[in-house]
Amino acid sequence: MLRFLIQRLLAVVPVLLVVSIVVFLILRLAPGDPAAVIAGNSATSQEIEQVRKQLGLDQPLVMQYGIWVGKVLQGDLGYSFYLNKPVSALIAQRIEPTLALAFGTIVLAVLIAVPLGTLAAWRLGGWLDRLLSGFSVLGFSVPVFVIGYVLIYLFSMQLSILPVQGYKRLFGSDAQGLWPWLRHLILPWATLGLIYIALIARVTRASVSEALTEDYIRTARAKGINEVAVLLRHALANAAVPIVTVIGIGVALLIGGVVVTETVYSIPGLGSLTVEAVLNRDFPMIQGVVLFFSVLYVLINLLVDVSYLFLDPRIRY
Amino acid sequence: MLRRSLIGALSAAGLAAALTASPAVHAQTAKTLRFVPHANLTVLDPTWTTAYVTRNHAYMIYDTLFAVNQKGEIKPQMVDKYTTSKDGKVWTFTLRDGLEFHDGKPVTSEDVIASLKRWTARDAMGGVLAKFIDNYEAVDAKTFKLNLKEPCGIVLDALGKPSSNVPFIMPARIAATSPMEQIKEHIGSGPFSFKADEFKPGERVVYLKNTKYKPRSEPIDGLSGGKVVHVDRVEWVIIRDTQTQFNAIKAGEVDWVEQPAFDQISSLKATPDVRIDDFAVAGLAFIMRFNHLHKPFDNPKIRQAAMVAMGQEAYLKTQVGVPGLYRYCPSIYPCGTLYSSEKTSYFTGMANPQKAQQMLKDAGYDGTPVTLMRPTDLASIAKIPLVAKQQLEAAGFKVDFQQMDWASLLARRAKQDAPAQGGWNLFLTAWTAGDLENPLGMAMLNARGKSGWFGWQDEPRIEELKDKFARAKTVAEKKKIAEDLQVLAMDTATHAPLGQYQSPSVVRKNISNLIPVNAGVPVLWGVKKN
Repeated sequence: MLRFLIQRLLAVVPVLLVVSIVVFLILRLAPGDPAAVIAGNSATSQEIEQVRKQLGLDQPLVMQYGIWVGKVLQGDLGYSFYLNKPVSALIAQRIEPTLALAFGTIVLAVLIAVPLGTLAAWRLGGWLDRLLSGFSVLGFSVPVFVIGYVLIYLFSMQLSILPVQGYKRLFGSDAQGLWPWLRHLILPWATLGLIYIALIARVTRASVSEALTEDYIRTARAKGINEVAVLLRHALANAAVPIVTVIGIGVALLIGGVVVTETVYSIPGLGSLTVEAVLNRDFPMIQGVVLFFSVLYVLINLLVDVSYLFLDPRIRY
Repeated sequence: MLRRSLIGALSAAGLAAALTASPAVHAQTAKTLRFVPHANLTVLDPTWTTAYVTRNHAYMIYDTLFAVNQKGEIKPQMVDKYTTSKDGKVWTFTLRDGLEFHDGKPVTSEDVIASLKRWTARDAMGGVLAKFIDNYEAVDAKTFKLNLKEPCGIVLDALGKPSSNVPFIMPARIAATSPMEQIKEHIGSGPFSFKADEFKPGERVVYLKNTKYKPRSEPIDGLSGGKVVHVDRVEWVIIRDTQTQFNAIKAGEVDWVEQPAFDQISSLKATPDVRIDDFAVAGLAFIMRFNHLHKPFDNPKIRQAAMVAMGQEAYLKTQVGVPGLYRYCPSIYPCGTLYSSEKTSYFTGMANPQKAQQMLKDAGYDGTPVTLMRPTDLASIAKIPLVAKQQLEAAGFKVDFQQMDWASLLARRAKQDAPAQGGWNLFLTAWTAGDLENPLGMAMLNARGKSGWFGWQDEPRIEELKDKFARAKTVAEKKKIAEDLQVLAMDTATHAPLGQYQSPSVVRKNISNLIPVNAGVPVLWGVKKN
């Protein structure tokens, strides 16, 4: 197990190397010039050139890459062209809202979807199964921002029980407590949760229904074990591996894909930071965030793989 | 049993503590004005960037030597009195008593001189002024002189410049930062102080009332007069999505949205607790800029044909669409400002495609495609290139429509290559009145060829008239020269003015006393929250 963990952690290095090269090159080859954006609407070509020199963008690509990688290896992700702050500090400032949104959504989705999918599999073709199918279609087909605006209209504008926008921190010097934090996340969680509830419930239903056809389920029932225990200890436990896989993929997708929800609810997370950095061609910011996400994805995948060891004793690395 | 009770009690206490709001840094009972700016504040240095949101931020925390009132008059702000020598070459300024930076240090002549030096290195009008200055002289802590090489008519115009870049006054040690680098500290002497520890880019900017600020005694008039603050704290709440802004103001979560989307105006007018308020009376203007380097617009006759093809109404209806918020204005200076004039030569601002077709034919247009750039991600100007395409094609131009994001447009705009090699022929944009009301500050009148503004018009006559304007001593003289400049701009087709419009704010009804400012700066002093 330890050897497995070390091997997987070491595998991060080539992944990051490839990611760094790809993102570096894509930024420099794509149209758009951060110097032109920074210099402003009334700048002349000469002024833009001055800014380009100041940012080091007139250096050969290999030198620019080498300087950046050298700093990254020392733990320095560079300085944002615009915000004039360290990229790492900006990521640290924005990580809490994104993680709160992503993990809260997944927890909510798992708590609702797994029981729903299990019950639907238990009574295949029943009303719950049919309801779940319909709900899944809704979750997959309605855009996230439409769900968001509808929920805001109902709960914020009409009923005035939840806020329209914003984020209240849970940690840090301006933390305002658990309830304000929760209150500002209920609607965003519900907005994003719908699609993940649909996804996880469908996968759970499929896995559990397959497990329920196995011989060991018939044996368990023949031995007189009650249905709840059959479902939870035998069917669901054996169906857990694909469900956890999908949950892991969901977390990874969520972290990178919350930008629409962050925009609708004005949550200052990494998604909106990344979009703004891309629009402004803030190279250090984009590079830093992409590297950060890459490490995160690798770690999430590792956690999922390690979880298999606990879910299925037959799996050994 | 006792242990269970104790654990239960401790858990309940812990939960209660977590659920209640922990002491926040700011006082909850302070009168707080929550303002949603039109853009995210990323850069805090108003000399390093011309971004309007940075300019607006700077007006909160810095002060200026002079400021413009609603009539366009330049009035002393930090300056108490000033004199000019008989030969016009020595300007002596004395600062008001009691001017203090937010760190408690007094504002001195050294601070002013350092700030002006940094500003003139980056600003176009400042650069013109700098050419006249022989040296700066700090006479004493409150008195300083500008010793000129020759008399200059724009000293006050420059020092009272309302829009980017504005000559804000900073401590000398901060102003010593190279103008090509951003300042790292944000300390001014203005009516608000910047709360750096609460600044979260993309989330919130916080300002506190500067209780030691000594406003002038005159009433507020535009950017001039006494900057009296009626709130304790201002929060700039960054909300990028216009629908979310709309919901937030309706729900009362914010007090003032600087620029709601035009298509929300009618709905906002019908909302009971909010009202529409237009503080930027002179508003903004659309323009279309030609690339003078390459075919077909290297030919002034073809440029004139394109100008004749332009009809302002279509642009305004398409992009703005709210009657009463736009006006026809063929002048290159915004109508209602000091130098606007009806003398626009052949240009009427009313589309005449038939005449344009004939002019095109007479000019020998050979069908060279016109590369017209459109920014798809800038909602404020994304529709106007569509109108331009239509009107140019109606006049007989062949249009090569290139759609891209704003950052790509800026990069392509900077290329002097031929359009077929990645360059361009036309782009459209918008400016606030503050940037268009003075010919020396208008980018489109930078006609210094390849070292000039994008489009690179090489027209020495424009530069000569601008120089004459800088030397003119009276307003009447300047008006005449400005008018001549306008006629020349039309005749050489520097750019096409495409109409003027306002972009009003929406405020909650308990917010009052928004100050009208032609330059389009949302002034937060003077504003009251009941």
